[in-house]
Amino acid sequence: MTETHASYVALIPLLPLAGATVLGLGGATIQKRFGERAIGAIACATVAASFVLSVVAFAALLGRAPDERLLLAELFTWIDLDPLKVELAFAVDPLSAVMILIVTGIGGLIHLYATGYMHGDQGFWRFFAYLNLFTFAMLTLVLGDSLLLMFVGWEGVGFCSWGLIGFWHKEMANARAGNKAFIVNRVGDFGFLLGMFLLFWALAEVGDGTLTFREIQRQAHLLDGLTFWGWPVATLVTLLLFVGATGKSAQIPLYVWLPDAMAGPTPVSALIHAATMVTAGVYMIGRMNFLFAMAPATLAVVATTGVLTALLAATIATSQTDIKKVLAYSTVSQLGLMFLGMGVGAYAAGIFHLMTHAFFKACLFLGSGSVIHAMGGEQDMRKMGGLRAHLPATSTTFIVSTLAIAGIPPLAGFFSKDEILWQAFSSEHGSPLLYFGGLVVAGFTAFYMFRQVFMVFFGECRADEHTRHHLHESPASMTVPLWILMAGAVVMGFLWIPNVFTPFEHFLEPVLGGHHAAAAAGGHQAHHAVGVELALMAVSVAVAVAGIALAYLMYYRGTIRPEAVSGFAGGWLYRTVLNKYWVDELYELVFVRGLAIGVARMLAWFDAHVIDGIVNAAGAAGRGIGWLIGLFDAGVIDGAVNGVADGAYVAGRSLRRLQSGAITAYLYVIAFGVLGGVFLYWSLAVAS
Amino acid sequence: MGELSLQHFLVLGAVLFCLGVFCVLTRRNAIGILMGIELILNSANLNYVAFARYHGGAYDGQIFAVFVIMLAAAEAAIGLAIVLAIYQGFETIEVDATDRLRG
Repeated sequence: MTETHASYVALIPLLPLAGATVLGLGGATIQKRFGERAIGAIACATVAASFVLSVVAFAALLGRAPDERLLLAELFTWIDLDPLKVELAFAVDPLSAVMILIVTGIGGLIHLYATGYMHGDQGFWRFFAYLNLFTFAMLTLVLGDSLLLMFVGWEGVGFCSWGLIGFWHKEMANARAGNKAFIVNRVGDFGFLLGMFLLFWALAEVGDGTLTFREIQRQAHLLDGLTFWGWPVATLVTLLLFVGATGKSAQIPLYVWLPDAMAGPTPVSALIHAATMVTAGVYMIGRMNFLFAMAPATLAVVATTGVLTALLAATIATSQTDIKKVLAYSTVSQLGLMFLGMGVGAYAAGIFHLMTHAFFKACLFLGSGSVIHAMGGEQDMRKMGGLRAHLPATSTTFIVSTLAIAGIPPLAGFFSKDEILWQAFSSEHGSPLLYFGGLVVAGFTAFYMFRQVFMVFFGECRADEHTRHHLHESPASMTVPLWILMAGAVVMGFLWIPNVFTPFEHFLEPVLGGHHAAAAAGGHQAHHAVGVELALMAVSVAVAVAGIALAYLMYYRGTIRPEAVSGFAGGWLYRTVLNKYWVDELYELVFVRGLAIGVARMLAWFDAHVIDGIVNAAGAAGRGIGWLIGLFDAGVIDGAVNGVADGAYVAGRSLRRLQSGAITAYLYVIAFGVLGGVFLYWSLAVAS
Repeated sequence: MGELSLQHFLVLGAVLFCLGVFCVLTRRNAIGILMGIELILNSANLNYVAFARYHGGAYDGQIFAVFVIMLAAAEAAIGLAIVLAIYQGFETIEVDATDRLRG
């Protein structure tokens, strides 16, 4: 791939960083002197400027031939320790172009929304400082030209996520949720790090040690057949990287932090925990797709994990009553679908779903924020209902986005989800079982999302008198982003109409490869499949409609009483789902109580006996040595010092007589001294 | 008698030098000592100029003489200032009496 140098690319991440610096250092003063508006203006302006630059970069890419679509901004050499050499460089290729458009575009809308949502909050400036810093870190993650720079962004978004989940840190539960997210993420990050180390080591063994993506791709074929402790290196590296992805993108077994992360302000949930950060794992697999393609075992793990996570989270979502928890589990489930797409080698489809999901899920979260705003902070759906009359803009956008996520044509979610399901069925890595899992997830998704819609916007209002009296639509700064995001959720799907119009896939082809290439290799097989594909589409639409119908009967008409369903099989099925399969309790028991506290006890014993013993012994030894040195000091050192002083005193007392103060005497000494010297010299000269 | 030769100047210089040294050694008065030093410096000047005159035509010696004159002027100025300061401190300029720094 031929690259073009374009230093403005570096400004895309650096502008939000500048905003974060200004707000972080001077935010309190600015807010006091110029008010919230100035804070909001700075935060929104930096992200908007980044968005404009992203559009410029995107247009620049479109203006080039497909194999020349790479803009590079090299700032400086960051690390130069032979053989490790890392440039601090940002690269825009088709994949990262899509990502920066999502991050700055949707991120900018969420910034705008947050100026309305966070109105009147004491930490207004702190919130936007974090939000800008997050944008910077996320842009570094997607633009970074090497695995190491990506890791910097990877850690940066984790840190900002921690700060924003626990934003209202005076509530202990919020602070705990932030810590949980951070600690669970660290487990995944450890895998990411190990994967990076192993990859670097392996490349240094067979070629040039490097962490730059294009260099890794160029040498990837050298890893073929290389093993480490009997494992193929490519499989091991990709598995370790995938561990990192399960942490960041909330997959089994590390998904437990995401539902708790809803403790943060709702714009944060929309931006970080739905649209951008949690998709980092999907993006990373897309970025390293050439390596994953070399490891079919890893791909199978990715696809299986994805579909299991999607199923697990979708079932849990059906029983939740907190409006944001439903969306959180929905996010986990949709991320699982993306990983299913990645795992069957449909990288472009996975990224496509990432993009459409960013639109409708951000819209859903912001809509739920608008509902919570109107309800005066209430999040329990059982106390809502009939809000459609009071919140016209919010309910319209929310319902359209729900249709999109449920997979109703022709909205965006239909195209992206169906592409993944189709590839899960037809790709060489796919299988009917994976397809069936995805289909069940689609049905559940339609069900729980419409359950939410019916509980929140339709039926009787179950709020108390006071809340009902204060119901109001949100200000324009909050509804405008909703409308724009809804528009995205409606039209984005048309970028990939299977077999008809697929510009999105073509655009990503230079980075991700297309299934056109695979289809060409597979001969006419793709051609026959069009009929099957249409049939499967019809099936998934039918499943979605069935899910919606069930939700309608249960939560709108009341024909089927929810209690009747929850009481099924003695109610234990319902209780299992309601309690999220007791995974949190299991982790608490095994890792926190069992492992952590067991290890802590062991370490405490070790500390008390071994470490303290060593320390005390060292202390006693030190005291003994000190006593000896004290003797030496008093006798020898002090003796020497005093001796010198005494000597100087005695010498001075005798020599002082020489200085009589009589100048004449000095002059005599000088004169006769010179004479004596001359005489001596002369006599010596004569003698020789 | 014949012409003046180098020896005449050297003898005069030596006499002048001895007078200067004698003056420095015997005077009690600080200003007297300074005057003796002037004599010594001028005897050196005389030698410089004489050597310059009788050994080659270069101006080295004369330039040195000018330097020494300049040096003597500076020395006299500083010396007299010191003498004044001594007088203010001791009410005398007898060098035997000014022995406060004696060890």
